[in-house]
Amino acid sequence: MSQVIKVENIITKFGSKLVHSGVNLEVEQNEIYAVLGESGSGKSVLLKEMTMLLKPTSGDIYLFGKNIRDLSRAEVAELKQNWGVLFQFGALFTSLSIENNIALLLKEYTRLSKKMIHYIVDAKLEMVGLDRSVKYLYPHELSGGMIKRASLARTLALDPKLLFLDEPTSGLDPVGARGFDELIVNLRDILDLTIVMITHDLDTIHNIVDRLSILADHKVVASGTLHDVLQSHHPFVEKFFKNEYLNKRLKSV
Amino acid sequence: MKESGYRVEKSSRKSTVYCYGSWRVTTIDKFEKSVYSLDFKNRDIEIDLSQVSELDTSGALLLTMIAKSAKSVTYLNLSKKQDKLIHIIEESVAQRATAQYKRRGQIDHLSFKFFSSLLYVKEFIAFLGELFIKSIRLITKPKNFRFKESVYFIQTSGINALPIIGMTAFLVGVVIAYQTIVQLTKFGADIFVVDTSTIAIARELGPMITAIVVAGRSASSYTAEIGAMKLTEELDAMKTMGFMPFYFLVIPRIIALVIALPLLIFFSDMVGILGAMVATKAQIGLSFEIFIQRIYEVLALKHYIIGIVKGPFFAFIIAFVGVFHGLKVSQDTESIGKETTQSVVNAIFLVIVCDALFSVVFTELGI
Repeated sequence: MSQVIKVENIITKFGSKLVHSGVNLEVEQNEIYAVLGESGSGKSVLLKEMTMLLKPTSGDIYLFGKNIRDLSRAEVAELKQNWGVLFQFGALFTSLSIENNIALLLKEYTRLSKKMIHYIVDAKLEMVGLDRSVKYLYPHELSGGMIKRASLARTLALDPKLLFLDEPTSGLDPVGARGFDELIVNLRDILDLTIVMITHDLDTIHNIVDRLSILADHKVVASGTLHDVLQSHHPFVEKFFKNEYLNKRLKSV
Repeated sequence: MKESGYRVEKSSRKSTVYCYGSWRVTTIDKFEKSVYSLDFKNRDIEIDLSQVSELDTSGALLLTMIAKSAKSVTYLNLSKKQDKLIHIIEESVAQRATAQYKRRGQIDHLSFKFFSSLLYVKEFIAFLGELFIKSIRLITKPKNFRFKESVYFIQTSGINALPIIGMTAFLVGVVIAYQTIVQLTKFGADIFVVDTSTIAIARELGPMITAIVVAGRSASSYTAEIGAMKLTEELDAMKTMGFMPFYFLVIPRIIALVIALPLLIFFSDMVGILGAMVATKAQIGLSFEIFIQRIYEVLALKHYIIGIVKGPFFAFIIAFVGVFHGLKVSQDTESIGKETTQSVVNAIFLVIVCDALFSVVFTELGI
C-alpha cells in the first residue's frame, strides 16, 4: 500500500487568525479517510488546501508522492484529471443539463466521439443510481439527494483515482445517506478509489470509514481507526463520541 | 507510458482480441473509433486482458462495444475487480436497449417559443393587475408602506444617478445646439438655435435621456437584486415570515423612481440647456444673457411641463419592468443575466413607445 496523501506540518493563518498550527495526516491508497472536527476547526480549509484552492501559510502537502508546491503546470493539469472533488452542495453548473454537466470534462479532456461520451454519461448515471431520464433535466429540477448523486457522477467522469468529498451525506435523509455510504464503498471497491471526506455523520464514520483524524485546537488531536480515536480523552472526542446515546451504539467497536 | 490498444487474431473457430496497455478514459480515444468498425459476424470471441495495465469504466464500456457484434464473449485473464466492473457496465448497457427518451423536435421547439412569448404577455398583465390590487390595499392600510426602503431607493436610483445624467444631458445639449447652428447659419437665422434646442431638450430629449440612463442603471439593478434574492430563497424566507415581497421589494422601488425621475428630468433639462448655451457661445458668440432672455420669449411653460409629466410614467415603466424580470428569475444563475438584459431592453423599448404615444396625443390635443 502506498501513500496517496501526506500532509506535513501545515500551518494556516488568515491575517492574525490561526487556523492550523501543525497539522499532519497520511492517507493510504484505497482507504476511506475521514476528517472530523467542530465547525470552525479548519476542516474545509484543509480540504481546500489539499485541492489547491488555498495555499497554506507553511508546510507541505504531497499528493501521489509529489509535493504540490513543486509541481509544473503540466503536472498540475494531470493531477487535476486524477482527482475528483464533490462539493457540499453539489456545485453543478446550473445552466447546463445533467448530461452536459457530466460530459463537460469528457469533451474538454478527451477526444472521444459523441456517441462514446453519451454512453459514458449513461454508465456513470447508472453507477450512482440515477435514472437515465435525469440527464435532460437541469440542476434546479432535482432533489437534494439527486443533486448529490448527479454531482458524484460528474466527479467520476474521468475515473479519478482520488476523491475528495465535502460532507457527502449532509442534507440527505437517513435512508438516502446510508444509500450514499453504500454507493461510496461500492465505487471504492470497483474503481480502486482513495477517498478523503469531511463528515459529521456518525453512521458514515461507523459504517464505512477506515481511518479518521480529529481536528481540534488547530491540530490533529487523534487519528487512526475509530477504535484508536475512541481511546483519546480530548474534550472534543469525549463530547462527540462518548455521550449516553452513542455508548450503546459504539459498544461493538 | 506504455502504448495502449488492441489487436485481433482470427482463427477458424473463434477470434481473440488481445488488449494491452492502459484502457483509461484519457487513453482510449486513440483507438476508440476503430472499435466501431469491428465485425465478428456473430461468432464467439475471447477478450484477453492479461496485458492491460489499467481499466476504468470508460475502458470497460469500450470492451462491451467490441463484444457487440459477437455471439458470445469470454473474458480471459481478468482480475476480480475488472470482472466486477465489466459486469456493472454490461448491466447498464443492457438497460439502455430498453429505455428510450424523446427529445424536443424543431417544430415542437418553435411552438414552445411561441407559447412562451404569449405566456410572457399574460404574466406581464397579471403582474400589473397584482400590483394594482396590492396598491389599493396599501392605500387602505398605509402603515404597510415602507418609507425607509423608498427613501433608500431614491438615494441609490435617483441621487446617485445625478453625475452620469448631468454629463449625458450636457453633452446632448452641446451636440444639439452645435448641429442646429450649422444649419441655421445658412439662413442667417442663428438666433433660432435657442428656440429649437431648448424646446427639444425640455419637451423630448431631457425626459428621454434621463429615462434611458435610469433604465440602464436601475432596471438592471432591480432585476439583479431581486433575482439574486429569489435564487438564494430569500424571497421564500420573507414569505414564511409573513413579509410580503410586494410591499418590501416592489412598491418601494416603484414609488422611489416615480418620485425621483421627474426631479432628475428637471436636473437634466437645466444641464442640457446649459450645454446648449455653452455651445452657442463658443460657436457664434451669443452671450448667456441674450440666450436666457430669448428662452423667456420662446420656451413656453407647457413644453417644460409636458417633459416633467412624462417622468412618472417613464419611472413606472422602468421600475415595473425591472422588478417584473427580477421575479421571473428561475433557479439557475444564467437566468439572472438573461432577465437583466431583457429588463433593460424592454424598459427602454417601452419608454420609447410611451413617449411616442405622448407625442401623438399632445400634438393632437394642440398642446
